[in-house]
Amino acid sequence: MTSTPSDSTVVQPSETDGEEVRKGALARLVRDPQAVITGSILILMIIAGLLANVIAQHDPNEANLYVVNAPPGTEGYPLGADQAGRDILARLLHSINTAVVSALIGASVALTIGTAFGLVGGYFERLRGVTEWTFTLIMTFPGILLLILLMPLTGGDYRATMLVFGVLLSPGIYRIVRNMTVGVSRELYVDAAKVSGVTSSRILRRHVLSVVRGPIVIATAFLCGTAISTQAGLAFLGVGSLSIPSFGAMISEGFRNIGLAPTQYLWPALTLGVMNACIVLFGNALRDTLQGAQPKAQKIAVAKLVDGFEADAESEDTPALLSIRDLGIAYPSPSGALNEVVRGVSLDLKPGETVGLVGESGSGKTQTAFGVLGVLPNEAIVTRGSVRIDGTEILGAPESTLRKLRGDAIAYVPQEPMSNLDPVYTVGSQLVEGIRVATGLSKREAKSRALELLERVGIPDPRRTFDSYPHEISGGMAQRVLIAGAVATEPKILIADEPTTALDVTVQADILDLLRDLQQEMGMGIILVTHNFGVVADICSRICVMKEGEVVETGEAIDVFANPQHEYTTMLLNAILDEDTVRTDPPVSVGKPTEGASR
Amino acid sequence: MLIYSARRLASGFVLFILVAFITYWLLSFSFDSVIAVRLGASATPETIAAVRADYGLDRPVVVQYVDWLTGVFQGDLGRSFYTQEPVADAIPPRLFVTLSIVVPALIIATIIAVFLGTFAASRGGGADKAAQGIMLFGYLVPNLLIAILLTVVLAINLGWLPATGYVRFGDDPSGWLKSITIPVIALFIGGAANIANQVRGTMIDELRKDYVRTLRTRGVSARTIVYKHALRNAAGPALTVFGLTFINMFGGALIIEQVFALPGFGTFSFNSALQGDFPVLMGLTVFGVGMTVSVNLLTDLANGWLNPKARIYS
Repeated sequence: MTSTPSDSTVVQPSETDGEEVRKGALARLVRDPQAVITGSILILMIIAGLLANVIAQHDPNEANLYVVNAPPGTEGYPLGADQAGRDILARLLHSINTAVVSALIGASVALTIGTAFGLVGGYFERLRGVTEWTFTLIMTFPGILLLILLMPLTGGDYRATMLVFGVLLSPGIYRIVRNMTVGVSRELYVDAAKVSGVTSSRILRRHVLSVVRGPIVIATAFLCGTAISTQAGLAFLGVGSLSIPSFGAMISEGFRNIGLAPTQYLWPALTLGVMNACIVLFGNALRDTLQGAQPKAQKIAVAKLVDGFEADAESEDTPALLSIRDLGIAYPSPSGALNEVVRGVSLDLKPGETVGLVGESGSGKTQTAFGVLGVLPNEAIVTRGSVRIDGTEILGAPESTLRKLRGDAIAYVPQEPMSNLDPVYTVGSQLVEGIRVATGLSKREAKSRALELLERVGIPDPRRTFDSYPHEISGGMAQRVLIAGAVATEPKILIADEPTTALDVTVQADILDLLRDLQQEMGMGIILVTHNFGVVADICSRICVMKEGEVVETGEAIDVFANPQHEYTTMLLNAILDEDTVRTDPPVSVGKPTEGASR
Repeated sequence: MLIYSARRLASGFVLFILVAFITYWLLSFSFDSVIAVRLGASATPETIAAVRADYGLDRPVVVQYVDWLTGVFQGDLGRSFYTQEPVADAIPPRLFVTLSIVVPALIIATIIAVFLGTFAASRGGGADKAAQGIMLFGYLVPNLLIAILLTVVLAINLGWLPATGYVRFGDDPSGWLKSITIPVIALFIGGAANIANQVRGTMIDELRKDYVRTLRTRGVSARTIVYKHALRNAAGPALTVFGLTFINMFGGALIIEQVFALPGFGTFSFNSALQGDFPVLMGLTVFGVGMTVSVNLLTDLANGWLNPKARIYS
């Protein structure tokens, strides 16, 4: 929750070398003031509890009628005495012990059960059904109520109660361990270990446990906190032996005596409050250290500009439909320095033209596309340059201006069709929404327009697709839907970011044909971002080759193919698979394609 | 959706039967000691066995359980060992008292949490930091302490609200409102922090997804994206926490009732447990488990309604 001021650089513990990570994490923890302060307070409290008999001069249950309700500072009773004449300091220190023992019992039971079954359930798929069921069952027990109801069985002994409570807490741990184990056991190195005959228990100990350790440590901190406050609550209620001093019992007695001696309530409440706060804050610090910085919230807004930014395009006589000049986009590195991923890109697009923006992944082509659309991630910073759409400068323009342009002049077709549709709304309602925003048509008009568009992009049963949810249609269909959404308002510029990469080879050509047809119909200028020269050859009139954020070569497609000027272009061209280099062994299925792999 | 609902319902039903059985079985270990306490000085192994036989508690646990369960389905939860009051009549009024602090607290917590979590996730920067600070505070302070602090300040020192006691809604609606105000405040703070944190986290994830960018490129406004699209997608995971928070709050209410001397579920459970009033304890289990199961069921159903995919995969 709270981010540590320093050291947010190291993200995710490395998965292999557990020992190294632990040392590193400990070193970082020691440098984190939040962890050091809260940790020290907790340790001091525990030590004070252990030394209870040395620090306090009385037994916690020793009642002395002469000191009933003695004020703090009384001889031998530094914090005073309660209504039964017992030493409050002694009771307080022993209450710390009760709390610590509660935390130890509750947390260790939850950890043992949760981890053991989490590993088993996560690793052995066949047993997972059973373990899932068992823990759903445990979660169904109404926690504190059960602890109260079982008093006849536990006799109210807080240790027995915490034992049961540990079981009730175990589903949380189980879920963490199960999820991570499932993740790890799908990793290739675990497969490799299985194939080389390493036993399951060894794999679990060696590979899986080292990965789940971090999250478990964090969860344990919170478990301890929960156990302590639950024990206090129950003792407050009266569950438990009267001879065991505990925060809950002390608070309850102090509360009843609040009119006569208000401080009696204050001491245990304060100690419990501080202890609880320290545990939560320590847990947060642990999480920040072990898991790295938590994702930061960000506002939906246009990308920031570097300080003192000024769009520096010279006015041109014949403004192109889209003109990008010397565009620079950077991301701040952990140290705060700007790291440019797009460095001085210039590009022009004329109506009816298709420009291929080519380069390998990481070359900055998608970032350039996002920059033009004004949808760069929040961390991105525009460092220099100019982007004009129909003569309007968009760098530094407010979101409202951009929204107008986006609905009207410029549109976008993404790479991964599925993740670009909102899963909870039907295809139709998403199309209608976009159309209405851009055109202000009525619902009914927008719907008939959407149906027309679906038909236009080659969807066989537009009405059915209109009413389908994204997960009910195929990837090829989804891409057609996205194209329909993009061209709904007959934009002048279409930016297509690898529109065919995620699709079956058989569908790819159809989608490219569709784009070409739509372009001829509407006279759009298209920027096609791709790493595939085959696609470029098929559809593009001009090519712009990018490498490491810079444009290394621009020219007519035919010229570039025939006579590449830059060696990087030559290399990319040579990398096109021809018939001689195509592998002949059957393709291996590696499961589902990863979601959101764009960018 | 119908099949999905039926399956959830059936699984909830089986859970209920199993959880009740485990509780019954655990409690069966304490029969002897409970009877011994009741008999007092006349407790000998023979008299204890006689009482057990009287109540049919000498039969195998499974037989007793099936017998009891049959009664439950006919609406008969037995009678209290001590007051002879039918259990089925004794519990609902007490449950009502507890729910009358839990339900308002949950509603308030949810409203605050959705607002706070969404605000934090969609504004970022300083707004996010401030919101996180508020959530952290909600976590840090145990609700028992909040309850007592509020009583001391609002009731004892300022005298604005009654410190303890419960006024029945039928007797005096405004008095009822006053009597539940402090308990509700004490309860909702922690719950709100919990749900808000979940909403914030899920919303941050949602707002980073591809479809958000695509919606932006269509000219859809940030407000619509946040509230219509991302929030609805985030509702699923938040709902799960909502269910858990309800159960947590219910547990918290059992303890907080004691601070305000409310004659609710918690006080009743505690007293019955002290006495070892076995039929009442099992009755309380029925209501407690029934409630948890139905809350989980409702969250599942709501989730299925919100997220079309969930209907297929579970």
